Amino acid sequence: MSTTTVAHHDEHHDHPTGIMRWLTTTNHKDIGTMYLTFSLIMFLVGGSMILGIRAELFKPGLQLMNPEFFNQLIGVHALIMIFAALMPAATGFANWMLPLQIGAPDMALPRLNNWGFWILPPSAILLTLPFTLALFGVGDGALATGWTFYPPLSVQGGIGVDFAIFAVHLLGISSVLGSINIIVTIYNMRAPGMTLMKMPMFAWGWLITAFLLIATIPVLAGAVTMLLTDRHFGTHFFDAAGGGDPIMFQHLFWFFGHPEVYILLLPVWGFIPQILQTFSRKPMYGYKAQVYSLWAIGALAVVVWAHHFFTAGMPVPALLYFMYSTMAISLPLAVLFYCWIRTMWKGSMSFETPMLFTVGWIILFGVGGLTGLVLADVAADAQYHNSYFVVAHFHYTLFAGGIMGIMAGVYYWLPKMTGHMYNEKLGKLHFWLTAISFNVTFIPQFFVGLAGMPRRIPDYALQFAEFNMISTIGAFVLGLSQLLFVYIIISCVKGGKKATDRVWEGAEGLEWTLPSPPPYHSFTEQPVVK
Amino acid sequence: MQGMKKLGVGAFALFLSLSARADFTWNFPEPVTPMALDTLHVHNKFMLITAVIFVVVLAIMIYSIVTHRHSKGYKPVADKAPSTAIEIFWTLIPFAILLLIDFVIMGIPAYHSVVMMEDTRDQSTMVIKITGSQWRWQYEYLDGDAKGIKFVSNLATTDGQMHNAEDKGEHYLLEVDNPLVLPVGEKVRILMTASDVLHNWWVPQFGSSRVAVPGFIRETWVQVEKPGVYRGQCKELCGKGHGYMPVVVNAVSKEEFAQWANKKQDEQKAASDVKEMTKDELIAQGKTVYEKNCAVCHQVSGAGLPPAFPALTGSKVATGPIFGADGKYQKDSHMDRVLNGKGVMPAWKATLNDTEIAAVITYERNALGNTAAVDAVVQPAQVKAARE
Ligand code: HEM
Ligand SMILES: [Cu+2]
Repeated sequence: MSTTTVAHHDEHHDHPTGIMRWLTTTNHKDIGTMYLTFSLIMFLVGGSMILGIRAELFKPGLQLMNPEFFNQLIGVHALIMIFAALMPAATGFANWMLPLQIGAPDMALPRLNNWGFWILPPSAILLTLPFTLALFGVGDGALATGWTFYPPLSVQGGIGVDFAIFAVHLLGISSVLGSINIIVTIYNMRAPGMTLMKMPMFAWGWLITAFLLIATIPVLAGAVTMLLTDRHFGTHFFDAAGGGDPIMFQHLFWFFGHPEVYILLLPVWGFIPQILQTFSRKPMYGYKAQVYSLWAIGALAVVVWAHHFFTAGMPVPALLYFMYSTMAISLPLAVLFYCWIRTMWKGSMSFETPMLFTVGWIILFGVGGLTGLVLADVAADAQYHNSYFVVAHFHYTLFAGGIMGIMAGVYYWLPKMTGHMYNEKLGKLHFWLTAISFNVTFIPQFFVGLAGMPRRIPDYALQFAEFNMISTIGAFVLGLSQLLFVYIIISCVKGGKKATDRVWEGAEGLEWTLPSPPPYHSFTEQPVVK
Repeated sequence: MQGMKKLGVGAFALFLSLSARADFTWNFPEPVTPMALDTLHVHNKFMLITAVIFVVVLAIMIYSIVTHRHSKGYKPVADKAPSTAIEIFWTLIPFAILLLIDFVIMGIPAYHSVVMMEDTRDQSTMVIKITGSQWRWQYEYLDGDAKGIKFVSNLATTDGQMHNAEDKGEHYLLEVDNPLVLPVGEKVRILMTASDVLHNWWVPQFGSSRVAVPGFIRETWVQVEKPGVYRGQCKELCGKGHGYMPVVVNAVSKEEFAQWANKKQDEQKAASDVKEMTKDELIAQGKTVYEKNCAVCHQVSGAGLPPAFPALTGSKVATGPIFGADGKYQKDSHMDRVLNGKGVMPAWKATLNDTEIAAVITYERNALGNTAAVDAVVQPAQVKAARE
């Protein structure tokens, strides 16, 4: 594709406006905006569900809901947060920023891109519909199995499980389409002179993510399809009575599920160093080391899956293998941490909101990582497994490491995307509220977990009461603080101080050479990287 | 940032006021088995190591944040990646330290705990079988003094307490009607299985937790070193009763254990003696059996929770005939359902004795709004016959 034809084509292309602009758009920025908006909405939906849970757990006894409904809220909360909030947010950034960062006119497969997005809303509806219907007394509600679908409980479950299976199929198709597009874009559309080893780190993070998605989503699709046939067509993949094995499901599920955790985080590991170098006014440290570490983590991610079910019974050599391979992930991860901190070291740091979120992110994600390291120990895991300790651990990685990282990205790029500065004071307030209430919510969960409170229970023994109360108060502050986030974004979209092209004094990269907001067709002339 | 400080102070004050009256626990409960002790050591050691790493890294970061600031006019230095052999060697040092921590300092004790945990046979003197089912534990002693004893252990907390209508007892949700009894000091090998979905038998003070998989046997072991009552819960999401599946273990001296076993064996023998009972006796006993075992799904009133759990009130199965002209029970009859289960409904033939089954069937046919049932009274002898 030659640059001249692209430019020529653009001049004669007038795009539809109004609702049709969004339905039919193939423009990477429009699609990116839709992904990000969708993600924000689903984040609020998933968040309000869990506030229901936390309200129920405020004190011992059943006060608001029955256990069945409680289980549904937990499962749907998790599926929404993972598949409909975090993943689309990362894809949204990919759509918005990858073409800008690598100097491409658009994504490589724009039509596919549109499809990739429009599969999402129906699957979100599939996921929440049985649940909404049940609120009005129709049907028996959404899946009540947790997001992991473990049989035989999921074989026993109601129609909500089937809805969730189809939703997961659609979500999977959407991410595979997105991944193909990202891979093709990265390999084919880079500006002349941008070798792979000169690529922005965000592109590396996403490239590895995309490969992981393509490798693992089909396994998940297979597993839930087998579940579906077990439920309705008399197969016995996961039923011992027919020669199957329920634990086989766990192997298949976590072969996808563990890499999924890295799928959620790798894009963030891509742009965090970019934010760090911007606000440290100093090039990122150890670019190559970071790239190799990302690859190492991606590779290790697919070989450690069974650490999610150590207690389900495994031969000793298998236990040892999964233990040591899991511990090995701490090595490349430590290299990343080292590079991040070394980037800050002797920089000239300033602490605008994106940097606050980034620094908070490093610390809190560090807690998630270190508690993950101890979870790898098989013997201790017998205690941690399925206790609230694990709930606290994975929220340090998924909420702090995932969502707060995404928030750093939002504040970093919002002025570029909208052309306006957001309100810096409110942004900082949002950070402090989020960081503090996050810890108030989840630190107590480490302790109730150690003391012996299992996860996924609607009611608990009296000894856990105080910590749960604190946790619930934290969760409500955390939830409400996010309304501030929504307000900041909306007012930034509506107006505010004009953003300059470069926005941040220390910003480096092609996206900052374009006006803020970038024109509908970004690069009419292809940039050249030296 | 004045507001933030206030909020922080407020949260701290709240915390203090709570801790003034509460008994916070910050770590694993006191271990009473070798396995739990080992687990606690491993945990403490790892936590210490990770805490040190965390604090050191955090301190470096904070130092950098405080001093290397734009607002203080600090000029960024140009970093360069290590290039000479010596530089690269020194960069690899932290990496080597981490390797050492991961695979030696943490890795070796971890290895030993795993091996110890998985060794269920060496020196074990007794075998019990634990079966998880929705939502109760069944215990069976396979050898030794208590050989042959088997019973079901149900949650003993009342509905009123759970719905905040009554005051909650000290062991709210962690109390059962029939605790598992174990002799102190003996290594007990545990065979674990399930009858319907996955469960996980977990007592935090024992440090052992094992998933019970339907159709498979998993193994673990406990050796309780200290007499006492130990409490835990099911740890694998197993449906709506998941939070109501406590484990209570009563660890007693060997002598007490032998006495208990004798008594229990006698009771069990007496209960399995099949004798003719009156309708009223059957109904009275049936009510207890029903409320313990059946009401979780079918409700105390018999109204069920359709569609998953059908109503018994007016149900065809619970009012239709049980016995055919030949006196034998019919397929898909009330008796068949209770003995053999179907779908989500568990089979009770292994868990309840003849008298209990006869009683609960009689109860279901004469109470819960059912009056006009055919075969209104079922005798233990008929159940006994049906089993054969
Ligand atoms: C306001 C923020 C959040 C709060 C207060 C919160 C709280 C909770 C709570 C209380 C549970 C149930 C724990 C249990 O009983 O097992 C839970 C489960 C879960 N949450 Fe969150 N959560 C939040 C955000 C997130 C985010 C952002 C993610 C991921 C992207 C996430 C992922 C999960 C997952 C995977 C589960 C496990 C569900 C299961 O047991 O199947 N949560 N959360
Ligand atoms: Cu259970």
